[in-house]
Amino acid sequence: MKPAPFGYECPRDLQAALAVLGEAKASAKIIAGGQSLGPMLNLRLVEPQLIVDISGLAELKQVERRGDELVLGACVTHADIEDGRIPDVTRGAMQRVAGNIAYRAVRNRGTVGGSLSHADPAADWVSALSALGARLTLRSLSGARMVTMEDFIVGALESALRDGEMVETIHVPAMPASAHWGYAKSCRKTGEFAHAIGAILIDPSAATARVVIGAIESAPIVITSAAELFGGRIAGDYKGRFDARVADVLLAKAGVSNAAHRHIHVNVLKRAVSEAAA
Amino acid sequence: MRSEREFPSAGGAGAGQGVGARLPRKEDDRLMRGRGQFVADIRLAGLQDVAFVRSPLAHALIRGIHVPERFRGSVFTAADLAGVNPIRAVSGLPGFKISEQPVLATGKVRQVGELVAMCLAPTRAEAEDIAAAVMLDLEELPAVHDMRRAREPGSALVHEHWGDNVFLETNFEVDISGALDAPIKVSREISTARQCMSPLEGRGVVATFDHRLDQLTLYSSAQMPHITRSGLAECLGMEQGRIRIVSPDVGGGFGHKGILLPEEVCLSWLTMRRGHPVRWTEDRREHLIASSNCREHHYRITVYADRDGRLRGIDCEATVDSGAYSSYPFSACLEAAQVASILPGPYLMPAYRCRTFSVATNKCPILPYRGVARTGVCFALELMLDLVAAEAGLEPGEVRLRNLVQPEQMPFDNITNKHFDSGDYPEAMRRALAAIDVEGVRERQRKGEADGRRIGVGVSIYCEQAAHGTSVYSGWGIPMVPGHEQASARLTPDGGLELRVGVHSHGQGMETTLAQVAHEMLGVDVAKVRIILGDTAMTPYSTGTWGSRSMVMAGGAVATACRELGERARRIGAKLLQHDPAAVVLQNGEVRGVNGSVTLKEIAHTWYRRPQDLPADVDPGGLEVTAGYKPQRDTGTFSYAAHAAIVAVDPDLGEVEILDYVIVEDGGVLVNPMVVDGQIYGGLAQGIGTALYEEMPFDAAGQPLATTLADYLLPGPTEVPTPRLDHMETPSPYTQFGVKGIGEGGAIAPPAAIANAVNDALRPLGVELMQSPITPYRVVEAVLAARDAERPAA
Repeated sequence: MKPAPFGYECPRDLQAALAVLGEAKASAKIIAGGQSLGPMLNLRLVEPQLIVDISGLAELKQVERRGDELVLGACVTHADIEDGRIPDVTRGAMQRVAGNIAYRAVRNRGTVGGSLSHADPAADWVSALSALGARLTLRSLSGARMVTMEDFIVGALESALRDGEMVETIHVPAMPASAHWGYAKSCRKTGEFAHAIGAILIDPSAATARVVIGAIESAPIVITSAAELFGGRIAGDYKGRFDARVADVLLAKAGVSNAAHRHIHVNVLKRAVSEAAA
Repeated sequence: MRSEREFPSAGGAGAGQGVGARLPRKEDDRLMRGRGQFVADIRLAGLQDVAFVRSPLAHALIRGIHVPERFRGSVFTAADLAGVNPIRAVSGLPGFKISEQPVLATGKVRQVGELVAMCLAPTRAEAEDIAAAVMLDLEELPAVHDMRRAREPGSALVHEHWGDNVFLETNFEVDISGALDAPIKVSREISTARQCMSPLEGRGVVATFDHRLDQLTLYSSAQMPHITRSGLAECLGMEQGRIRIVSPDVGGGFGHKGILLPEEVCLSWLTMRRGHPVRWTEDRREHLIASSNCREHHYRITVYADRDGRLRGIDCEATVDSGAYSSYPFSACLEAAQVASILPGPYLMPAYRCRTFSVATNKCPILPYRGVARTGVCFALELMLDLVAAEAGLEPGEVRLRNLVQPEQMPFDNITNKHFDSGDYPEAMRRALAAIDVEGVRERQRKGEADGRRIGVGVSIYCEQAAHGTSVYSGWGIPMVPGHEQASARLTPDGGLELRVGVHSHGQGMETTLAQVAHEMLGVDVAKVRIILGDTAMTPYSTGTWGSRSMVMAGGAVATACRELGERARRIGAKLLQHDPAAVVLQNGEVRGVNGSVTLKEIAHTWYRRPQDLPADVDPGGLEVTAGYKPQRDTGTFSYAAHAAIVAVDPDLGEVEILDYVIVEDGGVLVNPMVVDGQIYGGLAQGIGTALYEEMPFDAAGQPLATTLADYLLPGPTEVPTPRLDHMETPSPYTQFGVKGIGEGGAIAPPAAIANAVNDALRPLGVELMQSPITPYRVVEAVLAARDAERPAA
């Protein structure tokens, strides 16, 4: 379990990193925390000719509040969020998600941008940030573009990143005081990847909700028009109105053919709904 | 129950370090500070690394092996290994079919991960680059992936010349006909998953050749170094004296480190061919995919009982997936054939029939893992007893109490002629039932849980035959039969004690516990006792550490050698004290008479440095003794434990949480109860792994599917509760100090206790789980199936 030979670049700033990526003639991979890429290299599941290490780039560790959103640099670690070193705009939601990602050793090094770029459907941020309505700035030598989480996660281990492009920042909308948040997952054991994730951001006063069913074998199911999940309307009694059958149909449509798997997903989502309503 | 009077008195006032003392482990000072030396820590000048080209297919003909021109000379295949013999582990049991395991594949490959070529480079990464560049031309054959289908006519064949896929079939019967009209008759199919043993340290080999000694030295992470030497010599066609096996610190064995590896043979050949040291270190992927598995059993079992729950008989057909090859030295049939002899466990029954099959498949060989067949057997029988209890309308604990062997029957020969040396099995069960508070659980079940989960209680009990001797193993006819165990004891000139034993310690704490035995006999401070093990050049021959035998056998041998050494010292001491030898005693590290005393240190000084002061009739053997030991009866010690678990099951998510866990254990006299507690904790963790997490699935092409630790789940600290332990102490009448082997028991009973608890929790839903591990998916699948079954047909 040793990686195939690869070149290694450690650019001094973001511009240099983009230049290395943009000009690379060989296949290149970005490494930040290395918590997924490291094992994949060792298993030779990926054999890039060049590794570009962005873990030292100060620009990607910056965090600031801009108006109604929090802008996180891609190299902010899960532990930075867990430990409260970044401003809280989600009334503790992100902090709780971060604190339950894998193990502390993974959280110390793993980054939000890295996790999203890897696009593992079982990763917490893929579902949580989709439910929170986050957007991402993607940057390459030719400029920047902004995408929603739904547009960014294309499939299992597939993102919208183009060659030479990287996640620069994550934009998380501040959570309104009237909104409720619920997040639940089921893992075989502590620290393992989840085999079912449910996330919900619901605002009964505004009759809006974003609901995510994650850790399926493709991009998470993101439901932005969620009234049907709650018997046709979103109101204060949403917990009692949660319709498991609707979630089950959504899962079946998304290709989850096994009834026991769907049952687990539906019930994890139900837990998230209950948590939001608690 | 232990009487101090049964012990020699040499320990005297220092008995705080002797048999029974909860001494911290001496070796932990080294191991916990990172100063242990494992195979991968060994550095030798000129060392090069090996990576193997392994078969990507489970079953295929080898049409060609293409080595790029630039790597010729760094890649070795079977064609290069002329004169190297395949590994043959034959059993003498009638009908056993022999497999030959080539150390590098010849003709065809029979499992994913089988060694095809050996690649040599200055570093492992470069060796892996070479391995990746070697192209195999394979013609895929249908894979034998299911042990039950493998027995059907028309199945693909792992070894064509056999004509079928059965290594061995055995039949055992004590007339079952009288049981057939029993009012309770329960039949089920029960299975346990294939597992990987997963020691913290994998296997590892460093091979080098010493021209001065004309000797191959093989450093290997092995638990039976002397057996490895015999097997290696047979494969290489070398005299055993030209081979030295050194097994340094070993990070867990569990059986995985008991076998002779093809890698060991390959690297031995390679260092002799190349003239420089070579190394191979098993990585986790190789461990998961390629080397050895364990535990895959299937039972078709019927239990007959009277209305009052008393057993009338058991009828069973057991199948074990033995994998592609018979491993050296335990063979491919030990596991399945053992099922027939141990299935009845500690229970009374008048009738019994068991038929077993050791089946060859295109998977890696199955090895005896901690508990060997007992974990599967305990799972099968204890799950069935809960069904008998349900049929009889009794508490599961009550059914056990009505069928367990009674203390007044000891020593007891059960229906398969297993000789139980001692014990009070019902008492262990009663204590476990009381500690887990079954009544309390029933009350709680009536009330229900606020969080919607369901709780259940489960119990299990087993016996663990340990330190099997000549009379047990000679019948297997495998390459290894334990005889007398030997130990060497030597007083050093400054009064320290060196002990040499052929068993090994890989987590068992024997550097401490054997020193305690020596202290008990001689009174030498445990800190001054050095235990030398893991080196064929420095230790007496031994079959090594397996079958929970080391404390019984090596402990007995150390006691015997120390007794003889003490006697010699006493005679020298008598002379120095100018006493009649009959008038002096060895006590607390001193020889004492009415005139005064002389210490062992002074006696040692006299023997080595002032021989002029020795008595004329001194034993010329001096202060160095090699002595051998066997228990009075060598049919094995029987330790046992009752386990009881309370679980909470979430029927919607399938998650199982262990709320409470009780173990009432009787391992006879405990040399170091703290070490025993550690053994039980470790075994419990592995048992929980079997119960809830660990599974190596294969697809129909014979591909192993859990190829990383993200897929092969091992329990971690958060999954293993702290059990409540209670010890009983019934000495074995046959062994030194009354000790019994206890190394494996912790891993035997948990799957049964936990599965019974889960089934107890879910029984009101009509759910029954008869397969390990109990995963969330299996729970939910069973809950949904039960729900569908209840719904009236549309």
